[in-house]
Amino acid sequence: MAADPQIVPQGPFFEARRSVFPKAIDGPFRRFKWLVMAITLTVYYVTPWLRWDRGPYAPDQAVLVDIAHRRFYMFQIEIWPHEFYYVAGLLVMAGVGLFLVTSAVGRAWCGYACPQTVWTDMFVHVERMIDGDRNAQFRLSAAPWTPAKIARRVAKHAVWLVIAAATGGAWIFYFADAPTLAYAFITGTAPFIAYATVGVLTFTTYTLGGLMREQVCIYMCPWPRIQAAMMDEQSLAVTYKAWRGEPRGRGVKRTHDLAELANDPAARMGDCIDCNACVAACPTGIDIREGSQIGCITCGLCIDACDDIMAKVGRPARLIGYTSEADEKIAQAGGTLKPPLSRLLRARTLLYFMVWAGIGLGMVFALGNRARIDLSVAQTRNPQWVRLADGQIRNTYTIKVRNMEGRPRNMKIAVAGLAGAALWDEHGDRRNAAQQVTMHVGADQVQAVQLFLAAPGTGPEHQDIAFTVHATDAEGGTAHETTRFDRPDTEEHGE
Amino acid sequence: MSDGKRIDQATGTETVGHEWDGIEELDTPMPRWWLFGLYASIVFALGYVVLYPAIPLADRATPGLLGWTSRGELADAVASETRRLAPIRREIAATPVDALAARPALLRAAQEGGHSAFKVYCVQCHGTGAAGSKGYPNLNDDDWLWGGSPAALQATITNGIRQPDNAETRVSQMPAFGRDGILKPAEISDLVAHVRAISHQAPVTRAAQRGAMLFTANCAVCHGDAGTGNREVGAPNLTDAIWLYGGDRAALTTTITNARGGVMPAWTGRLDPVTIKMLASYVHSLGGGEPPVVAQTVPAAAAPDAKAPIDGG
Repeated sequence: MAADPQIVPQGPFFEARRSVFPKAIDGPFRRFKWLVMAITLTVYYVTPWLRWDRGPYAPDQAVLVDIAHRRFYMFQIEIWPHEFYYVAGLLVMAGVGLFLVTSAVGRAWCGYACPQTVWTDMFVHVERMIDGDRNAQFRLSAAPWTPAKIARRVAKHAVWLVIAAATGGAWIFYFADAPTLAYAFITGTAPFIAYATVGVLTFTTYTLGGLMREQVCIYMCPWPRIQAAMMDEQSLAVTYKAWRGEPRGRGVKRTHDLAELANDPAARMGDCIDCNACVAACPTGIDIREGSQIGCITCGLCIDACDDIMAKVGRPARLIGYTSEADEKIAQAGGTLKPPLSRLLRARTLLYFMVWAGIGLGMVFALGNRARIDLSVAQTRNPQWVRLADGQIRNTYTIKVRNMEGRPRNMKIAVAGLAGAALWDEHGDRRNAAQQVTMHVGADQVQAVQLFLAAPGTGPEHQDIAFTVHATDAEGGTAHETTRFDRPDTEEHGE
Repeated sequence: MSDGKRIDQATGTETVGHEWDGIEELDTPMPRWWLFGLYASIVFALGYVVLYPAIPLADRATPGLLGWTSRGELADAVASETRRLAPIRREIAATPVDALAARPALLRAAQEGGHSAFKVYCVQCHGTGAAGSKGYPNLNDDDWLWGGSPAALQATITNGIRQPDNAETRVSQMPAFGRDGILKPAEISDLVAHVRAISHQAPVTRAAQRGAMLFTANCAVCHGDAGTGNREVGAPNLTDAIWLYGGDRAALTTTITNARGGVMPAWTGRLDPVTIKMLASYVHSLGGGEPPVVAQTVPAAAAPDAKAPIDGG
């Protein structure tokens, strides 16, 4: 790397991607990645097709984001727009959860569960099936454009596009009744937005998973930057144990050096035979031996690759392994490591866990106690009061009753705190005014009604009153809302 | 400082050549796909310039191949909204205003359409909340000079108040008892005392008792013996709590001396019948609307009047 500072070559303004052809590998981490991929893809594709009986007035899809009707269904939980804080809470939990995972096990999300990782892994696997492993891909990449190469390229991109289309195609089922939409989609009668969404997601999946790959992680994703700031000496990271591996050597030189070193007890040869198996296996094309870096998504494939080599050369495994900086110092000094649990249970992880669990418990508690009837009262401010012919004063209120149960209900609305009050609604008349009005609220709906409230004209200028709604069926349930009854002030009254 | 450029040992990347307190910056080349984003933006911009109004000329801009204009977009939106509303308006046109109550969805549509029209044509006098002010009736209350049924409201809005060129208009005229010398100021004062007594604003005094005689002779023909008014002639009820021009001594004295006579435009010809019907529905929904009556007649002519009969409803 040493260069004469006087002679600086003019580099390119823009750098082409350096192709990465990761070598196929087997081992515990590779198998764990297969497992995670199987689980996450199953969850993604199967979830919209799960059914959940909610009775005749609500959709029977277990997970449904019903944007048109502004409802979010998740098994027995139904979220109304005004309850969006539950969704916000889930997002906060997801954020704190990432902090928790990062502080406990490093960039595990990046290495195993991130959709970018899962889909790239799948696309790479397709590439290997069509083009062969790393070396065959190198050769094919350098080969001239023969019909055979064109055929392989067409096949690869076709399969990628099919996967991308299936990815985008599954996404839309979260937003509408899956079987209905699937039929409409195939018969060409689905709404334009469905086709547009599939088109956009096909394009992004194909581009990000097939073409961009590790560049998404290195250039586009903010998370590696955030995580870099969250790493400390206790953080678990995929680490090349340089103290064990260096000095590295290979081939004849290594044999020669080992023979030489046999005479010198102070010197030693490292375990790394510089075979580059770790570099070949890396899906982001980095050399882990250069140390922890932003391109490392900690997928562990280099660990599998290196362990394979170490077994062959008869050296202990985990020359590359998951470890923390602090543990490595102890290991290098020959000390005994603390059990992994003691590293997990440190103040930071416990704090993150308490925040995460606290939000979760709070939401579960709130969900269990949330009211399924809601009342909102808006007093008409223009005019605040109306004098009636008989001298009484009338106020007008717009009442909204939310029935969040999956069945229609009859409700009674009553008013308290106002002497001589007479209540009637927009369908009624003052002549048949009463102490309460009844209304029918459809299943899972908001019903708005205008209420007129008349009371004697003499009284305080502002009076606090309360509306109460209660369901008249056996299950019952009430909601209250306080508001005001306004009268003209006394000077005005004498006019 | 370009001579400060060098290759960084650790990364092999060239520096930009600047140095601040020992801090240097690597000149890492941008990834090439980033450049594709720039090219894509340029292609988009070229397409936009060709398709949409873009390049400013002396008095206009290049029109663009799509012929898009913001006014055209507004016209399209208005046209599509008009098309959407057309069947609803046809339904409202075919339904008598008194029969709308039997069809809740249509009634709601009429009320909302009326609310929109009210905000354009009526708020100047009646106020945004339809609460009126002195001389301009409050449409929220339950006191109506010419009737508060939907059909009566429709007739009032259609033909207006005191419109000389409209044969059907609501007309009433109370004599200016003081100005025209029919009553002396002392008699008017007695009359005021009587009116304040029957509206429970003041006790029955000697003056009020004298006023009662005058009332029977001069006022009862329109306002009725008890002063409860007569909608046939647009004579207000003097015993209730609602005063269009005020119920205090000064206001009543002015009213009896000079009479009052507000006006409202006849909206026929200015607004289409459906909009007028929707306005009637809206005003009826404000809380003081009365149930439909079997027959609603238009009053004949002038009658003595203590409160000026201007009422939009």
